[in-house]
Amino acid sequence: MSDDGPVENVGDRFDRLPATPDERRVAGRVARSAVVDYLDERFGIAPETFADHTFWEKGAGKIWVVYGDYPSPVEVEGLGMTCLRTRQEFWKPTTDFVQRFGSRATRNVVVLGDDAAARFMTGDEQAVAWDGDWGYLVGARETAGAPAPLGVGLYTYGTLRSMVPKGRRR
Amino acid sequence: MNPLDRYEPLVDDPAAFRAACSRPLPTTVRVNTVKAGVDRVCRALAEEGVAHERVGWAGDLLRLPDSSPGDSWAFAHGWLHGQEEVSALPARALDPAPGERVWAACAAPGSKATHAAALMDDRGVVVANDSSLGRLSALRHNAERLGVTATTVTRADARSYSLAPFEFEAFDRALVDVPCSCEGTVRKNPDVVDEWTMDHVESLAELQTDVLRRAVQATRAGGTVVYSTCTFAPEENEAVLDGVLAAEDCHVVEWTPPEGLETSPGVTEWAGDEYDPQVGRATRVYPHQNDTGGFFCARLEAGG
Ligand SMILES: C[S@@+](CC[C@H](N)C(=O)[O-])C[C@H]1O[C@@H](n2cnc3c(N)ncnc32)[C@H](O)[C@@H]1O
Repeated sequence: MSDDGPVENVGDRFDRLPATPDERRVAGRVARSAVVDYLDERFGIAPETFADHTFWEKGAGKIWVVYGDYPSPVEVEGLGMTCLRTRQEFWKPTTDFVQRFGSRATRNVVVLGDDAAARFMTGDEQAVAWDGDWGYLVGARETAGAPAPLGVGLYTYGTLRSMVPKGRRR
Repeated sequence: MNPLDRYEPLVDDPAAFRAACSRPLPTTVRVNTVKAGVDRVCRALAEEGVAHERVGWAGDLLRLPDSSPGDSWAFAHGWLHGQEEVSALPARALDPAPGERVWAACAAPGSKATHAAALMDDRGVVVANDSSLGRLSALRHNAERLGVTATTVTRADARSYSLAPFEFEAFDRALVDVPCSCEGTVRKNPDVVDEWTMDHVESLAELQTDVLRRAVQATRAGGTVVYSTCTFAPEENEAVLDGVLAAEDCHVVEWTPPEGLETSPGVTEWAGDEYDPQVGRATRVYPHQNDTGGFFCARLEAGG
């Protein structure tokens, strides 16, 4: 890593997240440690899960996760998968990330029955019985002996609002 | 002229070949083992009452006799990917290991590249390249939906591919699943036989040769290159291999297709031409052999 990297976020290429906030050079860019801590604190996804992965920003606040490492910045069309939306008050994991890693979550997972899960997949909101934290939750469905994640829902005032994007609704 | 007429002398049972070509294809899906194991997915399908049968030769493929790929909860979880049975062959022939670097030269919409990543346990580097922007968006959508973290997507002409974005100089393996005349997809898309012209075949063969040459060059000595098409045309299959064998440092290796998949060897003579005998080590799959689409696949070793 050189000392004279970019100081502004550039939208059309991937920049590796700095390891810690102290190493940050780009205003507003989150650190890898902050991402991993957030996933641990919010969902109980163990930091070791990502021991072999690196995290990248492309576009303001959009975080990607990829196996292994690449020289930074890297100009490619895609790097692993999208993972998290930052640069907003409440960070929001992506549906695809939650489907991939959400089965490792130990908290803030709301398990829905099939009817509620079907409603969730339409992108609608619905009343749910949940007495945990407000904010973004993993929406899951019990199948083959364990909860299987479907996506992200925003829980406030007794209501779960599905964040499943149009392309994944049914 | 129906191009399928040309292949009757190549097949053991021309009537069965023609009959299979005019039947619709069975529905198959690949289990996305990046997200869930095959046993768990079968159990989930059984719980929701979706009939499914395992495909004997491929541990991760299921036939769905009564439903479309997208109908199930298992699909909503990203556990299934609609994929024709025989198109699961090239990633098996490639046989990538976790941690390796793989180039999928013509990768969109990503069925075989994501299959390769799954066989690597989603650990390693799968560079999924395509030249078409529209098809790349389908590739990205599929890779995300399947939760693959080991893929990197690039957009370039595979014939002049540069490894400049990366820190390494060669791939361990390359999957060259080229554009072709698609005769083997006739069961899904009957129009392919009406649109067929020899001119098109010849121009495709030139492109295929150039892509395969670049793949051999970009693969380390001793590395594996898999060449595949969904056409029966020897001009796009064995003739392309023959040309690349003469031009690049590589050879076709003996490869035994998975047990339970009936196949035929590559043809070494066609339309008055004789090919390098190595091309006989390639694998042909005709629709009547396993009730699938048609396919061609060869495994090469680069260098030495
Ligand atoms: C048979 S399809 C690939 C299917 C893909 N391997 C899969 O399994 O989903 C051939 C692809 O080659 C791409 N293509 C055509 N010419 C190319 C070139 N010169 N360089 C890279 N890709 C090319 C097409 O856009 C098309 O997506």
